[in-house]
Amino acid sequence: MNEHPALQAAGLGKRYGSKWALEDCTLEIPAGSVTALVGPNGAGKTTLLQLAVGLSEPTTGTVRVLGHSPRDEAVSVLPKIGFVAQEHPLYRGFSIKETLKLGQKLNPSWDDRVALDRIERLGLPLRQKVGTLSGGQQAQVALTLALAKRPQLLFLDEPVASLDPLARREFMQSVMEVVSDTGMTVVLSSHIVADLERVCDHLVILARAHTQLVGPIDEIVAGHRLLVGPRADSAAIARMHDVIRESHTERQTTLLVRANGHVYDSSWQVLEVDLEEIVLAYLGYGSDRGAAHAAAREAVAR
Amino acid sequence: MIEFHLDSRSGVPTYLQLVQQVKQSLRLGILQPGDQLPTVKEVVGSLAINPNTVLKAYRELDLDGLVEGRRGQGTFVSSDLPPVPPDDVKALRTSLQRWIERARAAGLDEDNMSALFADTVRPPAVSRVA
Repeated sequence: MNEHPALQAAGLGKRYGSKWALEDCTLEIPAGSVTALVGPNGAGKTTLLQLAVGLSEPTTGTVRVLGHSPRDEAVSVLPKIGFVAQEHPLYRGFSIKETLKLGQKLNPSWDDRVALDRIERLGLPLRQKVGTLSGGQQAQVALTLALAKRPQLLFLDEPVASLDPLARREFMQSVMEVVSDTGMTVVLSSHIVADLERVCDHLVILARAHTQLVGPIDEIVAGHRLLVGPRADSAAIARMHDVIRESHTERQTTLLVRANGHVYDSSWQVLEVDLEEIVLAYLGYGSDRGAAHAAAREAVAR
Repeated sequence: MIEFHLDSRSGVPTYLQLVQQVKQSLRLGILQPGDQLPTVKEVVGSLAINPNTVLKAYRELDLDGLVEGRRGQGTFVSSDLPPVPPDDVKALRTSLQRWIERARAAGLDEDNMSALFADTVRPPAVSRVA
């Protein structure tokens, strides 16, 4: 196995014109993990993925993939990674057979057996034109192209956003089966939080071009609490714990906190929070709360 | 062989749902010592979940001494979960019925009672107010 982290970013930033698409991003994604990049549209997810696969060049900082720079040492990186771009672009006029042929010509480590087995299991005729396949089938063909090079690390940009629930489930099933067979690392971006907990064990929350939270999902869930109590100032709690989100009504205060150890304060009712609630809190965190939160909720609830 | 199912709205972590379902099957006698649990790949294939989650559940059951992994073969039930003796169940039910009568006399409805029970039965972990 590879002892390098799957992905390592330090001070990574990308600017388009005067706008930073990603700024000061420092994170590490462990090998063997299934990591979700979560955030609303425009948060910097695609930018981060494109930097990771060497499609674009950092404005600041560095990114290393499996221990190497994806642009300066492309030969050491590209054969080991797979990338399925958003909307799974394929040549619509090509048949499946021609599409696989193209994959074979472009990838030295191509394994035709893997590709043909997958297409057969999907029940797709090799002569069929890609443009006539359903969205779910096209996604599966795009995934096949990425898997047939037997990648150590697979990047998926919004892989299931355009798929119906059944196709979504089938797509993730395919990915998870390969993970259990080969230990492949997966990094996938998504603006849909529901169901992520089923497939992912690590999480990166991106919002407004910055990373908000990085870590193993079970630690994240275990480390956050919802405090509900009579209307009060959050200052006392904020001395001990990180207050991520606060809301007040006339008589009641609700705080979502990242707890540093136990919460010892009898004036609060302490509740557990689920992942979706935590993610939403972080997406609304740090700017004008109400507006940002509403926008984030809209983006994520889709 | 058993088949796992998931309740995504329960709030119970996925690995814990798998652990609970195995224990439940042991209590009900659906699983017995020597029986094989579904392989990681089978579970992953049917539920579309992260294989590490399945491994975590099986590790936890292993630590409890309920199952054992056999290299290259799979995971097998190694010991039974003792069922609760029926006499105890009867006695417990009787005392619970008395408690429910008292609660009702005190004005608690079903929801109040469930909330009180859930709050009391939970182990004193981080979530408890000290």
